[in-house]
Amino acid sequence: MATTRWLTAFAITSAVALSAAADPLTVVSWGGSYGRASQSAILDPFSRETGIETRMEDYNGGLAQIRAQVEAGRVHWDVVDLELPDLVRGCDEGLLEFVDIADMPAAPDGTLAAADYLPGTITECGGCTLFYSTVYAYNTHEFPDAKPTTIEDFFDLAKFPGRRGMRRVPYANLELALIADGVPLADVYSALGTRAGIDRAFAKLDSIKEHIVWWEAGAQPPQLLADREVAMSTAYNGRIFNAQVLEHQPFVVVWDGQVLDSGGVGIVAGTSRLEEARKLVEFAARPAVMAEISKYISYSPARRSGAPLVTTHLETGVEMAPHMPTTQANMARVLQNDWQWWADHADEVNERFGAWLAR
Amino acid sequence: MLRAAGLALPLVAFIVVTFLAPLGAMLVRSVYDPVVADALPETLAAMQTWDGGSIPDEAVFAALARELAAAYEARTLGRVATRLNRVQSGLRSVVTRSARRLRNVEVEDPGQGTATPWRDAVVAAGEAWADIETWRAVRRAGQSVTARHYLHALDLDRGANEEIVRRPPELRIYLALLARTLLVSTSITVLCLLFGYPVAYLIAHAPPTRANLLLVLVLVPFWTSLLVRTTAWIVLLQSRGVVNDVLVTLGILGDAGRLQMIYNMTGTLVAMTHVLLPFMVLPLYAVMRNVPVQHMSAAASLGASFPQAFRRVYWPQTLPGVGAGSLLVFILAIGYYITPALVGGRTGQLISNMIAYHMQQSLNWGLAAALGGILLACVVGLYLLYDRIVGVERMRLG
Repeated sequence: MATTRWLTAFAITSAVALSAAADPLTVVSWGGSYGRASQSAILDPFSRETGIETRMEDYNGGLAQIRAQVEAGRVHWDVVDLELPDLVRGCDEGLLEFVDIADMPAAPDGTLAAADYLPGTITECGGCTLFYSTVYAYNTHEFPDAKPTTIEDFFDLAKFPGRRGMRRVPYANLELALIADGVPLADVYSALGTRAGIDRAFAKLDSIKEHIVWWEAGAQPPQLLADREVAMSTAYNGRIFNAQVLEHQPFVVVWDGQVLDSGGVGIVAGTSRLEEARKLVEFAARPAVMAEISKYISYSPARRSGAPLVTTHLETGVEMAPHMPTTQANMARVLQNDWQWWADHADEVNERFGAWLAR
Repeated sequence: MLRAAGLALPLVAFIVVTFLAPLGAMLVRSVYDPVVADALPETLAAMQTWDGGSIPDEAVFAALARELAAAYEARTLGRVATRLNRVQSGLRSVVTRSARRLRNVEVEDPGQGTATPWRDAVVAAGEAWADIETWRAVRRAGQSVTARHYLHALDLDRGANEEIVRRPPELRIYLALLARTLLVSTSITVLCLLFGYPVAYLIAHAPPTRANLLLVLVLVPFWTSLLVRTTAWIVLLQSRGVVNDVLVTLGILGDAGRLQMIYNMTGTLVAMTHVLLPFMVLPLYAVMRNVPVQHMSAAASLGASFPQAFRRVYWPQTLPGVGAGSLLVFILAIGYYITPALVGGRTGQLISNMIAYHMQQSLNWGLAAALGGILLACVVGLYLLYDRIVGVERMRLG
């Protein structure tokens, strides 16, 4: 009797162990056209090269789910595509595994990885993979005559009437509000560091509050614009690009006042697939792989040696350079996101944003 | 006797495990937060003698430097930094940056040369450590047993001398939301009573076959998934939805003048009233079924008009059902979460949505627990009030 029971227990546990080993590596990303780009440019070639199966899940950013998994000791995400502030914060809080930049592959010309990454894109838990930007876009059908061209126009309801789409977070919105209110780019974060500066940003948002439609997932703004639920919307530049070239939507991106961000992949602390996860992170850190993403979506490589490898959009043959956030012509008025400021003030500002929304 | 108790044991165990234990754990979390106390025990011990008005002495700085570096190595620093940052915004980077720098700092035996080598080293790693406010924040966050979350949940804070002050106006949110939640729950209860009472009356006094049919009409929505019912309202009420389309087609509204009936308070009120209606109808029906119809006829034969007979004879006999239904609907409404989240938009959010935000997004579980505790106190308070005025023993669920 006892023997049978032990045998059964052994059979069950080994079956569980085997199925766990056969489980694909869980990679969590942002879904939509960016998720598909990551699948084609990173995960598929990675599986072909290493034989490691991967499975992609979607999320909308933030550290909450990672923290819940790590604190509960039940980690089922292995690798997560994160915004830089979350990569840094997650690293500080012990939610991500350390990744030494020296272990990353060197550039094709032999330059060490540490020297090849653009400034501000290296963290203790890995380097960034790409730059993306929060811009605003409009549907040309909405504005047959005068077209919006500046970030000031986004907040100008008299000149350009219609509803505005904005992401339901304070992140980037406060910055855009201050730039539109006339704060010089270099002073935006020092202004936000003061009570008066935050008041000013919220006052500017107040001026269009009743006309804002709030979005949460990156795939929503192109939809809102296409349905003409909004006249213009903030969005991730790559999502608008894809709607332009693949769906032939009459959208125009306004690069003026863009908020430039970077993102990268982190390994969730305590994953049972550490070795495979490290292989994936190293794979994604190759300049050629970074450039490969730009064949699907207009996000620029975070390494210097990646930039010359950027060519055309795979499906349509569109030249990618004019659509990249880091192309000189698009950088006339650009703000680089200050993750340090957000790491310090996110709690308080989120609370105030929540209070402001509810009023 | 003992055997009877034994039979109840599974139920008792079930209630303890699934209800009392989580509830207790949540309430404990709302007043107990040991993260900082666990990470910086020596610093806090050395601060016992601190007067609170000047920079702490050398021993405190030495302990802090040691413990921050240790927390960094143990990778618990982030949680300490998060907790301190909630007490004073901006401390997260101060803590992480100084810990990183202090890891490699060696200090000569104190007492030689400058009197405060540790203090100099710590302040060099983070200027904020020369600020008394920072130390007040450390002391406050270091209290394991704290009323902080409850104060926060009531839009209050501690001032410079530990006195209780209101938070700045732009950060006040929870009291207003709590008031809104109570108001919305009351409105929904009243609406359910207005809609539910005639329905229950109709069912209770209809011939059996028709009563059964009517009862099924009440029960089918009750058995339908909550999400289906809520999204059905989205289909009906949205700006390009059925109701607006009909009104526009009939020429009652212009195409530009479509009504905004969802993603605001109207949406929350309509959808929640619909979802909670059966909880009013069923207890009312159960009570009304036992009210003899002859009482109304008797009243009429004694010369009472229908309104008079209803007010003086019928209504008082249905009060136990009114009480039970109202209490049920109100208590369910006060903690409702998914419907306002889906159809409430910006202005139709309730306190439960804030609790969900702190559970899932900000991960400030202490605050979420305190908000839940306050909600619980509201419900218990109302129940006691009800008992005082109406008497719980008069409540009948069927």
